[in-house]
Amino acid sequence: MPPVTRGAVTISADGRPVSVSAGVTVAAALLDAGISAFRRSVSGESRAPLCGMGTCYECRVTIDGVAHRRACLVTVAEGMHVTTAAAAGAGTDGRP
Amino acid sequence: MSARRADAIVVGAGIVGASCAAALARDGLRVLVIDAGGAALGTTAAGMGHVVVMDDSREQLALTRYSQSLWRVQSDAVRAASELEWCGTVWVAEDETQLDAVRAKQRLYRDHGIDTEVLDETSLLAAEPKLRPGLAGGLLVPSDGVIYQPAATMALLALARTMGAEVLEGMTVEEIVACGVRCGADTFRADVVVNAAGAAAASLTPQLPVVPRKGHLVITERYPGFCRHQVAELGYLASAHVMTNESVAFNVQPRGTGQVMVGSSRELVGWDASVNRRVLGKMIARACAFMPALAGLTTVRTWTGFRPATPDKLPLIGRWPDVPGLWIAAGHEGLGITQSLGTAALLADLLAGRDPVIDPAPFAPDRGVPAAVH
Repeated sequence: MPPVTRGAVTISADGRPVSVSAGVTVAAALLDAGISAFRRSVSGESRAPLCGMGTCYECRVTIDGVAHRRACLVTVAEGMHVTTAAAAGAGTDGRP
Repeated sequence: MSARRADAIVVGAGIVGASCAAALARDGLRVLVIDAGGAALGTTAAGMGHVVVMDDSREQLALTRYSQSLWRVQSDAVRAASELEWCGTVWVAEDETQLDAVRAKQRLYRDHGIDTEVLDETSLLAAEPKLRPGLAGGLLVPSDGVIYQPAATMALLALARTMGAEVLEGMTVEEIVACGVRCGADTFRADVVVNAAGAAAASLTPQLPVVPRKGHLVITERYPGFCRHQVAELGYLASAHVMTNESVAFNVQPRGTGQVMVGSSRELVGWDASVNRRVLGKMIARACAFMPALAGLTTVRTWTGFRPATPDKLPLIGRWPDVPGLWIAAGHEGLGITQSLGTAALLADLLAGRDPVIDPAPFAPDRGVPAAVH
């Protein structure tokens, strides 16, 4: 993972512009923005990052239209669009 | 052991065995189901979940249509637990020749009272937007469906239990004897024994013309709406019909969870269950040739299983004359999920001396098909 660098980037988190430090992960950015429900289980329970290292798959979100990206493994980039299941308003991830 | 004796012993707790258990229990028999592993972990786990009408032969059409109609009349509880979705099937025609075959298929289905719709390229893409452009068209069969067959098996076993059936899992039937089965030192007695052991049926009744035909399956993460129908290439039937050593065909199914199930492959390699990356690659490439966007999906699991294939592509349903009390419900290859309820109904009618709804003769286990092909 690259070192945290100075400066800020703006991403769209569930349609809301969020300014975050460059170099952080999407997971960190979302948590920092107060988003805790990243996705929902098959039965509709909220899920959030657990392991933070790409193993548990609990932090999956849709990034720039691609579903099931692990937020803990992706570094934020200027203009990135991130959508969580909470915003999708559905019991399943990946729904547009 | 309490259940040393039952009216009927069903060997195999897959979807066919579970269906037989429920049907026989409904007829008032005390049923004992015995499975070497666990319910729905054998042949049933090698299936996709089709509840489809298939027309490889007149007999196959009769049984799949009958069986599908029985899925329609299951209780709300069984249908819900089975995740039954009447999503319909889209048969894809790659070119004009296949489109002619689609029209013939429509005529045949119409003769059997099944409404279908011929799709041109535009309406095909409207029905399934993830298919690639440039395909000739297809046939939409709205009355087909999909179930999650492990859950369906559990629901049918639960139904059988409510009617007094007992299910023993993790107990291996080593031998089927006259009016009974032997499990190690234990012998269970019954007037009727049903061999519903799926791909393993011939290991218990060696003269059965059943061979294991291996298949690979892939399931993806959840992508709700990726496909709306079960989608298969028209060549699927040809792949299924011809007993080649190796073939693949494009077949995807939407699951209730939003997952996409991808098939199919068929191989004759004995009991080697290992995932063959070359065959798997061929299968996935075939699927991606029809639905290129599949390549961008994440898969969560890849596995193999064995389908019980018979030389004439029809299952074996009925009395086995060589062993007193023995009946067979096996040899369904890739249609055991669809045909499970029809098989059980046919078997129960024959056992009870009722007239079956469809002609049982083509399915008689001793109909004289050639012995196993390898």
